Amino acid sequence: MSELRDPKKKLWVKLEGSIVKWLFMLCALVSILTTVGILIILLYQGYGFFKEINLWEFLTGTRWTPILKPRSYGVLPLVSGTLIVTVIAASVALPVGLMTAIFLSEYAADRVRRIVKPILEILAGIPTVVYGYFALTFVTPLLQNVLDDLLIFNALSAGLVMGIMIIPMVSSLSEDAMVSVPRNLREAAYALGATRYEVSLRVVVPAALSGIIASFIIALSRAIGETMLVTIAAGATPKMTLNPLESVQTMTAFIAQTSMGEQAVGSFEYNTIFAVGLLLFCMTLLMNLLGFWIVRRFREAY
Amino acid sequence: MADSTVISVKGLNVYYGDFQAVKDVDMEIKRESVTALIGPSGCGKSTYLRCLNRMNDLIMGASIQGEVLFENRNIYDSNVDATEIRSRIGMVFQKPNPFPKSIYQNIAFGLKVNGFSGDMDEAVEKSLKQAALWDEVKDRLNDSAFTLSGGQQQRLCIARTLAVEPEVILMDEPASALDPIATLAIEDLVRELKTNYTIVIVTHNMQQAARVSDETAFFMVGEDRSGYLVEHDDTQKIFTNPTNRRTEEYITGRFS
Repeated sequence: MSELRDPKKKLWVKLEGSIVKWLFMLCALVSILTTVGILIILLYQGYGFFKEINLWEFLTGTRWTPILKPRSYGVLPLVSGTLIVTVIAASVALPVGLMTAIFLSEYAADRVRRIVKPILEILAGIPTVVYGYFALTFVTPLLQNVLDDLLIFNALSAGLVMGIMIIPMVSSLSEDAMVSVPRNLREAAYALGATRYEVSLRVVVPAALSGIIASFIIALSRAIGETMLVTIAAGATPKMTLNPLESVQTMTAFIAQTSMGEQAVGSFEYNTIFAVGLLLFCMTLLMNLLGFWIVRRFREAY
Repeated sequence: MADSTVISVKGLNVYYGDFQAVKDVDMEIKRESVTALIGPSGCGKSTYLRCLNRMNDLIMGASIQGEVLFENRNIYDSNVDATEIRSRIGMVFQKPNPFPKSIYQNIAFGLKVNGFSGDMDEAVEKSLKQAALWDEVKDRLNDSAFTLSGGQQQRLCIARTLAVEPEVILMDEPASALDPIATLAIEDLVRELKTNYTIVIVTHNMQQAARVSDETAFFMVGEDRSGYLVEHDDTQKIFTNPTNRRTEEYITGRFS
């Protein structure tokens, strides 16, 4: 008796199909449910904060002293601290990362690419605490040789080192986007007498733009959310300033400092971190939406 | 080299790494005429075509021996700028490959990279007219090139090539991805263009070679998988009274 088309087997195949489907769906649900859970906690704990403090006061106040008296809950110093570090990081990582990607995708020989790409990816694997101490104990003293006013804890070296840290995210994702631009588009341009430079900048980059912008957004979100590096190197002084030579405190550094401090869980002081966390969440969300819009607006689909 | 010759190929060998793709080709290509390259798959005719404007430079591991004289100058000489060669010897590919830009920008691209400083609108119109596409697209020049049909896209690619005013146009099976009506439109265009341009066209389709070309070159693939030139003559002669037995067998469809 042949075992072909055994009815027992058939039943198993049917069962397997639905089990596998549910298993995969469950895995997908893990990350979605986590996100939802985080959002609910943020909203719930944040509510405890905003019951007492006016949202407008929180968003526009320029003094952040939630623990010291007189207490004041203006979040702008933390926002400015975050922005200044992020802008410095972006001004390093976006151009250098993009140019690295163009080099790897359009200029480098296969052999070079095979060596350089893994090295860049190792850079992405270094723990951020190492970057933090690198900024504090190496970059800052180095910069102090030229910049007399530079404080020990400062936004500048934290931003610069953060920029270096996120270069691999920009370069790796951008390169993936550029490599997947069809070869025949490059050939079309070369056949018209375009140089390698023109092909890279006028054909490949525009065609890969959605992927490149996505890499920018992911890298910047990472910069905004990065905690350890700025806690170590940028300082713990919430200050309303745009001067990168000064000490600042970012939103994330405040959250880290406060959650490890002596504030009782559930106290009003403790709730401040959820208010800041909520704002951080909104900022990243906004940036992702902006990125989504830019990609749709400027995309050259092929 | 006779004055009627634009490109003269001497002892050309093409290699991909250790593999020899094309073996020892000599060929003279006549000015303002259509030369068709025919032969079975893998006979190296596309590879050979891509050597005529240094497109093979872009393929990792490709190398050549021999000479390709264009207007009496070897385009593989070390002091020759490959981008200049490619703007004078244009290429149209098998699959229409417009840029993901507007119809207008597709034409303007080649002009810009070649430092064009005249009236862009006029130049775009002129080349679209030459490619018999103007009437179909004049009201939607800012639409994406991908809104065009396959045949229109290929004529746009031809217009884009014409815009930079090449002397020679290489076509690599330009109609093989198109339907019969679009194919005829391309063939009409090829016949028209030869009054001003030299055209070398690779085709799989022997009727097409017979319809559009003045001269035909037949390539074969040898035992060692290298392609070589069997016979090159007037199209009339190749299709009615070829010298080589293999050519006759191929033409009459005894193998393909």
